[in-house]
Order: sequence, then structure tokens, then C-alpha cells
Amino acid sequence: MNTSRVQCEVSLTVNGESRHLRVYPMERLLDVLRQQLGLTGTKEGCGEGECGSCSVLMDGALVNSCLVPILQAQGARIMTIEGLAEGPQLHALQDAFLKCGGAQCGICTPGMILAACQLLNEKPQPSLEEIREGLSGNLCRCTGYTQILEAVAEAAGRGSAR
Amino acid sequence: MSTDHIVGTSVLRKEGRDKVTGRALYIDDIRLANMIYGATVRSSIPRGKIKKITFGQGIRWDEFVVVSAKDVPGQNCVALIVDDQPCLADGVVNHPEEPILLLAHADRHLLPKAVAAVTIEYDPMPALFSMEESEQCKEVIHGTDNTFKTYRLEKGDVDSVWAKADYIVEGEYITGAQEQLYIENNGVIASFDREHGITLWGSMQCPYYVHRALMKLCKLPESKIRVVQTETGGAFGGKEEYPSMIAGHAALLAMKSGRPVKIIYDRMEDMAATTKRHPSRTRHRTAVSKDGKILGGEIEFAVDGGAYTTLSPVVLSRGTIHAGGPYYWPHVRIRAKAVATNAPPHGAFRGFGAPQSIFAMERHMDRIAATVGISSAEVRRRNFLKSGQTTITEQTIREAIDLEKLLDRGLALADYHAKRDRFRKGNESSISKKGIGIATFLHGAGFTGSGERNLSSEVAVAGTANGGVQLLVSSTEFGQGTKTVLCQIAAEELGLRFEDVEIIQPDTSQVPNSGPTVASRTVMVVGKLVQSAARGIRQTLTASGRLREGYSWQEFREACSKYFAEYGQLLSRAGYRPPPGVFWDDENYRGEAYAAFAWAVYIAEVTVDPTTYSVTVDDFVALQEVGRVLHPVLARGQITGGVAQGIGFALYENVVWQNGRMQNGQMTNYIMPTSADLPPIRVYFEELGNEYGAFGAKGIGELPMDGPAPAIANAVEDALGLKVDSIPLLPEDLFEAMAASSPGRRESQASNGVQ
Amino acid sequence: MRSDPADYELVAPGSLREAVSLLAAQPGVWLPIAGGTDVMVQFAAGNLAAQKLVSLWNLPDLRFIEVNDKEIRVGAGSTYTDLRAHEVVEREFPLLNRAARWTGGIANQNRGTLGGNIANASPAADSLPALLVYEAELILVSASGERRVNYVDFHTGYKETQLAPDELIRAVCLARGFAGHFSYARKVGARNAQAISKVAVAAIARICEGVVADVRIAVGSVAPVPLRLWNTEGVVKGRVIDAALILKARETARGEIRPIDDIRSTAAYRAQVTGNLVAEFLEGLAANGDKA
Repeated sequence: MNTSRVQCEVSLTVNGESRHLRVYPMERLLDVLRQQLGLTGTKEGCGEGECGSCSVLMDGALVNSCLVPILQAQGARIMTIEGLAEGPQLHALQDAFLKCGGAQCGICTPGMILAACQLLNEKPQPSLEEIREGLSGNLCRCTGYTQILEAVAEAAGRGSAR
Repeated sequence: MSTDHIVGTSVLRKEGRDKVTGRALYIDDIRLANMIYGATVRSSIPRGKIKKITFGQGIRWDEFVVVSAKDVPGQNCVALIVDDQPCLADGVVNHPEEPILLLAHADRHLLPKAVAAVTIEYDPMPALFSMEESEQCKEVIHGTDNTFKTYRLEKGDVDSVWAKADYIVEGEYITGAQEQLYIENNGVIASFDREHGITLWGSMQCPYYVHRALMKLCKLPESKIRVVQTETGGAFGGKEEYPSMIAGHAALLAMKSGRPVKIIYDRMEDMAATTKRHPSRTRHRTAVSKDGKILGGEIEFAVDGGAYTTLSPVVLSRGTIHAGGPYYWPHVRIRAKAVATNAPPHGAFRGFGAPQSIFAMERHMDRIAATVGISSAEVRRRNFLKSGQTTITEQTIREAIDLEKLLDRGLALADYHAKRDRFRKGNESSISKKGIGIATFLHGAGFTGSGERNLSSEVAVAGTANGGVQLLVSSTEFGQGTKTVLCQIAAEELGLRFEDVEIIQPDTSQVPNSGPTVASRTVMVVGKLVQSAARGIRQTLTASGRLREGYSWQEFREACSKYFAEYGQLLSRAGYRPPPGVFWDDENYRGEAYAAFAWAVYIAEVTVDPTTYSVTVDDFVALQEVGRVLHPVLARGQITGGVAQGIGFALYENVVWQNGRMQNGQMTNYIMPTSADLPPIRVYFEELGNEYGAFGAKGIGELPMDGPAPAIANAVEDALGLKVDSIPLLPEDLFEAMAASSPGRRESQASNGVQ
Repeated sequence: MRSDPADYELVAPGSLREAVSLLAAQPGVWLPIAGGTDVMVQFAAGNLAAQKLVSLWNLPDLRFIEVNDKEIRVGAGSTYTDLRAHEVVEREFPLLNRAARWTGGIANQNRGTLGGNIANASPAADSLPALLVYEAELILVSASGERRVNYVDFHTGYKETQLAPDELIRAVCLARGFAGHFSYARKVGARNAQAISKVAVAAIARICEGVVADVRIAVGSVAPVPLRLWNTEGVVKGRVIDAALILKARETARGEIRPIDDIRSTAAYRAQVTGNLVAEFLEGLAANGDKA
């Protein structure tokens, strides 16, 4: 029988905004984002850290938010898909995904775009192999990845991953 | 009228922006006031009688809503073709994971504990787990002989061909179950009140299927059920019929509790409990002339339907009709059957029977080639259907398709002959072996035979107050770009800009029944109805004198909004009318099976690594004739996505069964390819047009599923000289096959000749 | 999600000292969680037995990589990304660098830690064969102090280790001196990324005066614990590599391992592939060993 039920305070920054939350420490970052903060752009596809549709950036590093207990996000800077575009102008990756057909059903798209985001932050001119590796933790069932890789290359300014 | 072309260009998707910004709302993103959560208690045995249900200690059961079979107001079934599948098991279970009870509570986290606390005692009965066991009828679990459906298709006089044959070539080909693995699990929200009845939102392909099923289950009239499709994160057939089940569950809980109920499956539940591709077994026996022409033959095609009928008769039908491939059969007899086993019912998955029978046909063609001593390309050339010839259902091919030319183009694109020679030479001295394989095939779009007539689909196009038009269809978007392409069609037909056309979210209270979003029919069939209905809007406006010939989009908008202001409504409907002179005999399976066939040549290049026994696809050429490409980016995306699923079907995706239950129901253990596993997929189109499809389009959603597996299997045989007649071909299987074919060589297999 | 977070306690001590004090006060009660890539999967599946967890994530006392002349010391809280990014690890301990690269995808590399991989003690764990080959030493720490153990002795049975209930792994020490060795590492999984290992081999050796010297071979996923192939090493040490030796090495390797059939693969496949990888290592060594 459980005897816990003790919440704690967690402060973190989400998409540039300071948040102070009252949470159970083992709540998943994924659930806190979706339910407490109403940021439903981050999705749950598997709950095991395999599909990447829950991925967000935590202090600039891609993580599967289904595997992060909220207490471990104390003091962290989180970026979700909602925080990517600044104002009404879309981020280059979002534009490229739209133009190149990188999104079909869209459920893997938020995580996929953030994975591409970390990749381009570290390697602004990635090779096709580097793009494949950078996205290898994000599963897409619709596209076969071809147009996703092209979208990332397009956003990187190379325009031809074909 | 505008001369800009919208159809044929890759306009930005209307539904696209929301997807890339995370604003698109999928069912689990939606929360209603006062909503509670539902969960399902399921059978842990494959077959037996339910003896006793105990609600265990440690749970405050009075806080839970509990629903069982006796709570069903109407008929306890999931209405489909033959209503033999219960919505909730009533005293007896026929497969593991069969739903027995439903629980609901406001606190989502309490549900797993509550489900675990329900103990069910059974009197187990003997169960069947394979097609062979089912055929033997040691146990009869369905009907009188475990058979859901049989077909017998005959053309010509097969019995006369054996005597004339120079060769009789036989083969047996097996395909395994495959999980659709949409990244968004099944989910719905249902609400109920006496005045409005049931409202059901959810991830689905066919709102009207769900509507019909809820009417029967909840015993409510048409007007008291409203089904709304929410943004759907992938479907591939896995959300064609299954949503009727989960919707029924949520509806029952909503009716009993009086509160909105959300049910979302997690991945483990979705994999274990919902539908998969039908496993199949095809046996060919073919009479062949000495120059490799098919004189005739017999095909036995069998699929495993799982525990209830569901869609097996239709999967069987499509598989049967595609079993002969794109070849001319002067004589053929096909005996097909769908049999029952004690597994969760198998169901719709992209291709719907055709990937199974085409795998067999394309492997068999290579078998015929090897027997006769001609090449894989040549055996196909000599047997391709030509214009004017008839298919196995005696449908005359009327279009000017030239399959030999298509094959030539495919071979050139893949650099087939040069590569084949290079691989042959290289394999002599290399440890890893390379091979290249061909698959040529067809895929019929739309419902089979009289199917489209029976559906009698309807669409409506409405003029709006602001002068734009709105499409009202029940066709759903789940990645293939339905909304965009249908709006392109209407815009093009009316000479409007793409932004002048809107489409509303499928909601059965607002849109007519355009038929299900399946069978590669949406662009072709529904699109053509949209074209018709759009034409009706124009006709009304021109007839009323408000619109001149050669109008601009601005003039259209003005005329439309004026008309709307005056009459309060501008609506045009179009209903499906079968093309004249088209006949189909349901009894004998003869006639025009499909309004249009798309044709394809797929070529796979593989490397086999004898150290790990893994097969990697290094290059893939997908060439297809599709009538007309209405949106190049979307069309290409359908092909690359389908090819990826086909590669998974061939090499990666294995369902591990134990006593009728999937054991590897997690993404860690059910393996689909990542971006690091797939080659660039090269896509090429040809366009012959199609009089029965919108702007000449043919359906293409399922076509790409048919070719990859046989092309890969043929490539592996080319690399190793080893027959691959069963998929998935896992490294473990290849290892066993290689060891069996040369037992003494086991130790030296990976040696590169160190002296 | 099959667990109720409200049933669990998770504390995040600010220092290693606080963490070990907690373990000392209630040994066996608090389950350490670092990057969560194993624990949180069990949690979501409803299979996490422990209800009290202590977070070791991002503790500076544990997340570091120090280099001196004799050895490098990798803090147990170092992530795979930390390992991949480190120049000395890449240059001198390529087996560990490779293992970090082939673990999961980028997101899991950003969170998974070396200490977590070792303590979780799955025989399929990606970094363990490399640690066996480099004969790592672990620094274990508790409230009573530190001790060093040889990693080759650390795993005592399936998911059992020498770690006492009040102990944590603080660091992994790797003696330098492998820069001149021929290295071989290969993981065989169901796909090229995000795959649990079916078989993984890590090995180093040199060729000295035409014969095999200083050979070390380790394999994962073929026994309840990751294995050093001592017998196989013994068979090839001091010998010239030829076809007969490779055959003997294969046979010996197959005799040392105890693979099973499981949901991912078969014993027969694992046994065969182990032999193939050992052969591939020796062939590569023969071709390149004196140039390493």
C-alpha cells in the first residue's frame, strides 16, 4: 500500500517562461507538460523511450520526456514544439517540413523537429548520414523518412539531400 | 476562369501548419469538463467459459463505473459484416485480450490497479493457434468447419493445361502477421445525454462505420449518434474497423455514468489487443511452357482471420483477385479461404490481402524463371497482361498500359543489368553478398466489384456567406493529405484559388456518408464526386445568371456570396453512380473487379552480411503508373512511406505469438525501421490518366505495400542462391536457412580466406 | 502509463555525501535513478517494485571525466553524450566511444549514464564488454568510505553485482596504455539504432613479432553476465593467426558462452554470430594488428 502522496515544488523554465509547479516528484515531465501546462504538442507514442514522439529539449539537449521524472527537471530550461517558432513566423525547420512533406499524420513531427533542432544546433551543415543518425531515435511510420531527411537538409540550407 | 494549375502542384497542406507547430489536437490532447477515464479488463486465456469474476481488495469499487455485457442496451456486437464479434464477452471468450469488463474513474492513475484487481476464473477450452490446426478441425471454434469465408474463382479450363505443360512449377509462400504501428494509439472520448444521445470523438478512418456500430450497440436512432473524427496520428487500416470497438466501450461507460469518458490505449494494450495484418499461406501449382509462359494453374490462398469474422471476407476477396499478379492467365482456378484461430481478430492493414498474395506470385515468378532457365525480367515480360487481354476475373484491360516498357524503365533506373553482373562477380570474392530483385504488380483502387455501388457514397459542396466554398465529406485525413487534395480538386474544377476552398472536420451530424477512407478510394472515387458536386455549384450560379463564362475567382466569390445572402443556402450534392457497362458477378467472382488498376515495377538492391545474417536494403527503385499525380510531394510521400512499411514487412517486423497472444507488444521488441535502417527510396511516376478518377488520378495509398517484400526476397535469392519463401526474414531465419543448405560449411562461412 | 506517481517518493540530494548518507540510513530501500532510461521504462509499465528513489542525475560529484598520466576516471553520472564528446576517450578507448555511439538514439544518449548501465547490470548492456576489455576498476562509495574493485569481478550473477545495499558506483577508472592496440567492437541488434544487443563483442590485441599479444575479448548478451572469453584468449595468445587458429578460437568461444532463446533472438544464432565476430576480430587483427 502506498504511504507517499507527498508533492513537492519544482521550478523550471518552459519555452522561456518561468514556471513554479506543485507536483509529485515522479510525475513524468511528459505528463506535466501536457496536463499541468496544457502543452499538448509533445506526444506519448510508446512510454518506453523508443519512439521519440515525446522528445523535448532539456538545457539544449534532446531527451525523451516520458523518461524524465519532473524532479530531475528542477532548474532546467525546457523547450517544446510550442516554443520553437518566435511569434507568427515559423522556424526554418517547420517551414521546411511543410514544404518538403516531412509531416504526414503529424504525430511524430514535434519530436522529430526538435531532434532536428538539436542536430542543427550542433552541426549546422550535417551530412545525410549525420541527419540519419541525429533522427534515429525518432520513429516515423508514415514517411519512410525520405522527405524528413530532405526537410532537415533544406532547413540547413543545403537543399539537396536527394 | 483561372488558368493556374492547382492540381498537379505541391500546394502547402491546409492541415500542415497545425502539425508542425504542435497545435493539431489529437484525441488525447482533448479534455472535456467532468470527464472520466475508462479502461478494459481483458481475457488472459485464448478460449474458455468465464466461471467467476471477483473484484479484489484494496480498491474503492463504489467509486468506479463498471460495465459488463448485461449493460448493453442494444445488440452486444461490433457491427460490421457478420455481427459475430461481441463488444463485451458474455460468458465465453475466444481470444486472449478479449474485452470482458469496462471500468471508469475520474483518476486515470487508479485504473491500472483496478484492472489488476479484477480476478477472472475460467473453464479453459482447447484453442487453435495456426491455420493448419484450424484446417484440421480438431476443435471447431467457428461455424461448422472453422471457416469464415471461401471463394472459388475460375477462368477457362484449368484441368486441361497439365497435359500440355513442359514444366509444372510448385511453391508455398508464407507471410506473417504485421502490426500497423501508427504512432498514435487508439483513443476516443464519448459523451451521452438523453437529449442528444451519444457524441463520440476519436482517432479513426471511418466515422460512419462507428456511427452504424453505435446505433446497433446503444439502440439509438441515427439522429441520436454523432461521430466526429479528431486529428488522427496514423492509421494504415488499423483504425478502419477497430475504432467501432473502443467507441462502443466508451459509449457504454458514458451511458452508464452520465459523464464524458475518455479511453486511450497505451502501446502495450494497443499492440496486444487490436488488429494485425492477416497471416497468409499461398500455394501455387503452375503449368508452364518451355519458353516460360504461364499456361494455367491453381492457386490456394488462405488467411488466418483470428477469432471473429470482422473484415476477413473482404481481405480474402482482395487477396484472391490480386493473386494472379499483372500477368495473363489463360486458365486459372483459385480456391481461397479465411479460417478461424483463437487470436485477436486480424484486420485491415494497407494492401488488405494483396501484399500477401502478391508476395507469393512474385516469388513464384522467380521460381518459374529458375525452373525454365530464363531471367527474372524475361519471365515477366513473356507473361505481362497487354491491353485488350483479360485478368483472372475476366476484366478486359482497356487502358494503354505497356508493362514491358514500364519494366524497361524500372530496370534502367535501377541500373539492374549492370549491377546484377557486378554483384555476381563481386560475390565470388567478397564476404558480404549483394543481390538485386524485381517485383512487378498491380493494385486495384476503390472497393471491389459491386462494392462502390453498395456504398453509394455521397459528398456535398456548399457555397458560403463569404463567397468561398466548403467541402462536406466523411473522408478522413490521417497523413495522406485528404483535406488538401480534395480542396485542390474543388479549386481546380471551379477555377478558384486553393485558399477559396475549405473542408470541414468529418462529423456525421454535418457531412454525408462518402464511404470509408480505405481501399485507396479517396482521391479517385470521392475526389471525382467532389468534382461533380463542385460542378453543380457552378451550374447553379451560372444558371441563375450571376456568373458569366470565363469568370475570375473574385467574380465567383461575389456571385456565391450574393446567392447565399439571397437564398440562405447554396448546396450541391453528388452521389456515386457506377460507370455504365461495368458488370461484376459476386457469385462467380467474375467481371470488372476494379474501376482502375495502378501498375508498378519495384526493384530492391540488398547486401547480405554473412557475419550477422542481416539483410540491408541499399537502394530501392519504386516506379508506378498512377493515372495522374495530383500533389507530387504527397504522392511521393505515400510511396516512400508504403515502401518503408513493406521493408519492415519483409525484414524486421515479427510478431512473437504464444498461445494466441502477442508477446513482444512493445516498441523495444517489435521492430520497425529507424532512419538509420532505410535506404533513399527513389520514386518515379507515369501518368496514363483514368476516366473514373478525379482529374485522371488512380488510388495509390496501398500500392507501395505490395512490391517491397517480394522484391527483397527475390534479391536475397539472387545474392545467396537461397529461396526465401517466408517473411519476415529475420537474421535468425536466414542463419537457419544458410546452415540447412550447407551444414558442413558453418564454421567457414564468415572466413575471408585467411590462410 | 501503469503506475501512479503519487505512490512514489523521489528525492534529489544536492551532493554525493547526502546520497550515501541516505543509503546508509536505510540500505536497500532507496533505488538510485540517474538518467532514468531503465527505471522509468519499468515505472511506466507498472513493473517498478521500489517505491522510494534517490536521484543521482547531474550531480557534479558524479558527472565528470578526469584525465591524468596513468588513467582516466569517468564519473558514474557521465552520460553517453559526455563520453562521446571526450577526446581522450575517443582516441584511447575507442571501444567505449563506440559503445556510447551505438546506445539508443541521441535522446537516450543524452540521459543514459555509465554508472546506470553498470548498476542495472543487464547482460545486454552496451558499455560493459568494453569495460571488461579495458579491465576497468570501479570506485564504489558509501557513507563509510570508498573501495576499488576490479570490474571483471563485479558481476556475480544475472543482474547481481558486488555493490552493497548502501553503496553507489562513483567512478570508472581506465588505465591508459591502449593507444597502440588494434581495436574491434561490433554490436548486433535487430536494427541499426535503438536496438537491444543480441550479441556484442569488444576486443583489443597487438601483434608482436608476428604473434598475438595482449589479447582481450569480451561478449555481451550470451550469458547471465557480460563475459571475458578467457579460454579463447588463451588459445590465441602467442600464436600466429591462420585459418586453423581462427577455427579453434571460434570453437573455444562457443564453448565459453551460454546463450539462450529469448524474445529477441535464439541461442543458436547468438552462438554462431559470437563465433563469426571473434573470427572477424582475428582476421582484422591479422591484417592490421602490427600497424595499429
